[in-house]
Amino acid sequence: MWEYTDKLKDHFFNPRNVGEIDDPDGVGEVGSLACGDALKLTLKLDENGRIKDAKFKTFGCASAIATSSVLTEMIKGLTLDEADKVTNKDIADYLGGLPEQKMHCSVMGREALEAAIENYRTGGKKKHELEGRVVCNCFGVTESEIARVIRENNLTTVEQVTNYCKAGGGCGGCAGEIEKIIEKIHGDKVKEVPALVPRWAGKLTNIAKIQLIQQTINEQIRPVLRPHGGNIELIDVEGNKVIVAFRGMCAQCRLAEFTMKDVVEAKLREFVSEELFVEEDKESAQQPHNHRE
Amino acid sequence: MRTVYFDNNATTKVADEVAEEVGPLFCELYGNPSSMHTFGGQISRRIRQAREQVAGLLGCEPSEIIFTSGGTESDNAAIKGTLAAAPNKRKIITSRVEHPAVLTVCRELENHGYTVVELAVDKQGRFDLRQLEEQIDDNTALVTIMYANNETGVTFPIDELAELVTGRNVVFHTDAVQAIGKIPLNLSKSNIDLLSLSGHKLHAPKGVGVLYVRKGTRLSPFMLGGHQEAGRRAGTENVPGIVGLGKACELAAKNIEQESSRIRYLRDKLENAILEKCPDSRINGDKENRLPNTTNISFEYIEGEAILLMLDKHGICASSGSACTSGSLEPSHVLRAMGVPFTAAHGSIRFSLSRYNTEEEVDYTIEKMPAIINRLRELSPFVANK
Repeated sequence: MWEYTDKLKDHFFNPRNVGEIDDPDGVGEVGSLACGDALKLTLKLDENGRIKDAKFKTFGCASAIATSSVLTEMIKGLTLDEADKVTNKDIADYLGGLPEQKMHCSVMGREALEAAIENYRTGGKKKHELEGRVVCNCFGVTESEIARVIRENNLTTVEQVTNYCKAGGGCGGCAGEIEKIIEKIHGDKVKEVPALVPRWAGKLTNIAKIQLIQQTINEQIRPVLRPHGGNIELIDVEGNKVIVAFRGMCAQCRLAEFTMKDVVEAKLREFVSEELFVEEDKESAQQPHNHRE
Repeated sequence: MRTVYFDNNATTKVADEVAEEVGPLFCELYGNPSSMHTFGGQISRRIRQAREQVAGLLGCEPSEIIFTSGGTESDNAAIKGTLAAAPNKRKIITSRVEHPAVLTVCRELENHGYTVVELAVDKQGRFDLRQLEEQIDDNTALVTIMYANNETGVTFPIDELAELVTGRNVVFHTDAVQAIGKIPLNLSKSNIDLLSLSGHKLHAPKGVGVLYVRKGTRLSPFMLGGHQEAGRRAGTENVPGIVGLGKACELAAKNIEQESSRIRYLRDKLENAILEKCPDSRINGDKENRLPNTTNISFEYIEGEAILLMLDKHGICASSGSACTSGSLEPSHVLRAMGVPFTAAHGSIRFSLSRYNTEEEVDYTIEKMPAIINRLRELSPFVANK
């Protein structure tokens, strides 16, 4: 059971400002059914450009509904410039705090607010779009969005980033990239991220190399493929050529080639030796069809 | 506030008869059954009796029962113990909808060089026996398939599976934690080699379970350090747990048929009324082959945790396969394996009943449910305004 504050429970059981404004000045829509939460925020301004009315509709858990509800209360009476300064932390603080794993609800509130303001400023034309490079493909989170939650909430671990904006919470394939973004922002502040397997110092014997390759597959590569229902098997090592076979979902996946270079080869080079390259053993695709929709 | 407990696949109330039996074992009859003195020694008789009671429910020999700390330990012991006893075989076959006590163990073994095959299920959560048949080979040490699924209640044709697997000289284990006490089973007429059950799912206390090991099945002990359970599970016996489990099995054996038809009636009434009164809802899982006590219903356009909290306000306890309830971001692995769309999986609710539920509780829930669903749909951006 989640530890929710009384204020959060109040806003969940008695949400304020539910609905849609008929002729809104700004509309912000974020999230989706597949992601597990979504929010539609509509705004109406008065003659002085202050937010006169705000309404919401939310699909999601109790904290998603409660954060949407408080958001509408917080922004009423603000100018758009003032509203633009509201951070996800402000929303969470207003509720007396959120469980760490639910912080992404407060980020969704802030995103919807921004989208609505942007929508107004572009004359109702512009819909909210992702800006910049997408880092987390599972939840569609961009680099700039990740950088922003890191800065505004002073985050230092990938797990925290996942809690705040979902990035890294699906297949986990972007964890390395998120780590790099964290490092870039905090500079030398966080350098203690330990590498799980140290690169081999000196010359690798064949046996040590094969063991290290297997260990890297077990600890670094398989966990990335697992959430997709995929798997990988080490078939053989010939000099610097590593022969592997994809199993499960990966065996039928159209992105397998990409995964091969971008995940498998990259990890093996990082953790074993720069000289390695991978090849797929196509003949051994014999796992049953593990379907998933 | 009243409590309407519809979460019996999570855990159950300890039966009054069980609590009564267990009570004196804490402060009066607290001896160690291994002791030489009469005070301790008399306890071993109680354990023997419990073993007979469990064997009675399962239709096996008392010597085939090993008491453990619960379902998770039994699953771990069955899988790892079988592999240790067959060191030259390196393949395990299981299903994608297993409980984590099986699935996580198998996936960890993959890191130790084992090949793990996770068989798929269809949209109803059913199983294609041919897939299994094709996968069994000389390298296969173990097939482990659950009897009944904890989330959907869907049951697999366990006797048929056991016959097929053991016919190929492979060990067959089943996690029967959700099935025992809810549907009848007779191990003397089945080929199952290993079976796990958990006490607290059938009105015994938490912290006790059983691993059934068919006579002649090779299994390396999992826990070492004592002679208890014929050396197959060391450690001083959890006497109150074991005695309680024995009594709970006796009660289940006596009442199972009459109870399960009553529970089925209540479940069907609840399920049918909710489907009728709440539009855009659907059952997850094969209705034909299902535990009598479980229903898993998806409500489109709304989210499970929010439904649970609204139910909780009325004292109604249920559970959900939604991502938000677990703190992960993806919904239940069982519903995803069945191809239930994310949209429906996020809004799934499981009600699981027991012999202690009443028709009045079912009626009360039927009365509360539509308003909860309507309320949340009013909030949902995916439902058009009226």
